[in-house]
Amino acid sequence: MDNQALNDLITDVFPTAEIITEDTQFLNAIIHPDLLRDVACFLKDDDRTKFDFMFCLTCVDYPEHMMMVYHLRSTGLEHEMVLKVKIEDRERAEVETVSDLWRTAEYLEREVYDLFGVRFTNHPDLRRLLLTDDWEGYPLRKDYEDPVNMISL
Amino acid sequence: MTAEVKEQRGIKTQEYFVNMGPQHPSTHGVLRLVLELDGEIIQRVEPHIGYIHRSIEKMCEKDSYRQIVHLTDRMDYLSANMNNEAVCLAVESALEIEVPDRVKVIRTIIAELTRLASHQLWWGVMGMDLGALTAFLYGFRDREMINDIFEETCGARLTMNYNVPGGLMFDIHPNFQRRVKEFIAHFKTKIPEYDQLLSDNVIFRERTEGIGILSKEDAISYGATGPTGRASGFSCDVRKHHPYSAYDRVEFKEILMEKGDSFARYKARILEMWESLHIIEQLIDNIPEGEYQAPTKAVIKLPKGEFYQRVETARGELGVYVVSEGSKSPYRLKFRSPGFSNLFTIDHMARGYKIADLVAMMSTIDLVIPDIDR
Repeated sequence: MDNQALNDLITDVFPTAEIITEDTQFLNAIIHPDLLRDVACFLKDDDRTKFDFMFCLTCVDYPEHMMMVYHLRSTGLEHEMVLKVKIEDRERAEVETVSDLWRTAEYLEREVYDLFGVRFTNHPDLRRLLLTDDWEGYPLRKDYEDPVNMISL
Repeated sequence: MTAEVKEQRGIKTQEYFVNMGPQHPSTHGVLRLVLELDGEIIQRVEPHIGYIHRSIEKMCEKDSYRQIVHLTDRMDYLSANMNNEAVCLAVESALEIEVPDRVKVIRTIIAELTRLASHQLWWGVMGMDLGALTAFLYGFRDREMINDIFEETCGARLTMNYNVPGGLMFDIHPNFQRRVKEFIAHFKTKIPEYDQLLSDNVIFRERTEGIGILSKEDAISYGATGPTGRASGFSCDVRKHHPYSAYDRVEFKEILMEKGDSFARYKARILEMWESLHIIEQLIDNIPEGEYQAPTKAVIKLPKGEFYQRVETARGELGVYVVSEGSKSPYRLKFRSPGFSNLFTIDHMARGYKIADLVAMMSTIDLVIPDIDR
């Protein structure tokens, strides 16, 4: 399915999704956190989309909001897209897990929790992954300060 | 102990935990696996990572794009050239720099040599993990020839930094073509020797065939790429699906296996070595004349936007996701490292097998820990 067809399909099923195709490598769909579960299930299971391979999951900390970024690919239909979830509340950042849909997400979500402090509801085992359990703060947030360990050149 | 035997003899067992690592020869680095065992049978494997986490992604937010290239060697050090190439390609595609043909061909040859060197080391340590020390010595003997070629080309043997945005740091050494051809002739006689030593060895096959099976669906769901994914039949070769550098002009097969067991993962890499040799053979006499660098600005600034670049390293798909705000450093940079996704298949694979089988599975996933921790 090409970007135009994907665009039409997603706007048809989820009218509130904001779609960006201009000047981007992949089709971008930005959605509200409440919709994530429905959209993710649809994209993975619908016969027209079948996004079965999540090749990247990460988070970006913008000044006003946080953005969860899911790169998806369909191995059978050979199309790709980026699903984004805009989290307005940086202090209580929370989205639902997708680790039951794509198994690779389980540990990638733990990494995002560890470094960005986004909480994933219904995650089977949400703990710090790379840092020690008693680490304070979330290092990849832009406002993170660590006067001891951070070296500025 | 199987349930039947337990019942017959009226034996009660208790689950217990064993720490494998962080210092363990078969984890190939500082990786800790917590094994939940019933007798000798693995019930669950929980990997603990982060022992050498250096926060490369955070460092990238302060560094210039030229500096970031140097950090990527320190992730998957056995695929150093491909890692460098990934960042360079990301910068070049964002700035729409057209690199000379000569660069594309040399990059491809160097990448395939790196893949061969990585697979040779993997083959050696795989033998050693299973108790065959000869394999280790043979693998390192052949890898030495490639390292010597790299040393002559760019002065370094492991962290090469040969790729720079826009091209290569230097032109190839006058001896390069001759020595690569010598290596190919030499190594073609050695892969059959590898087969004799391990691939056709009864003990080796008993320990790998039918062990640690990963189905195609699971490989896709876990995001297992590279030879690990392809051994399960998941067609994920970036060189085929999204060709970069000179891969669109060479002929090679994507190695796909069906069984998804330890032996399939082993065999996939052995067959991949033949394909790498085949790719180099097609290019080594056809390196186009020309510049070895396209002109670039001293300070590289990427336009505002998001860029995703992937390459096929020796371990699988490496993705570089750059979010740029238009300044000389990225706003956010994420490395989708192949080792990270491949590692977490281990729990699924190892359940119901013994610790000795786990060692074989770990070897066939071919882990490089700095690539996982970043």
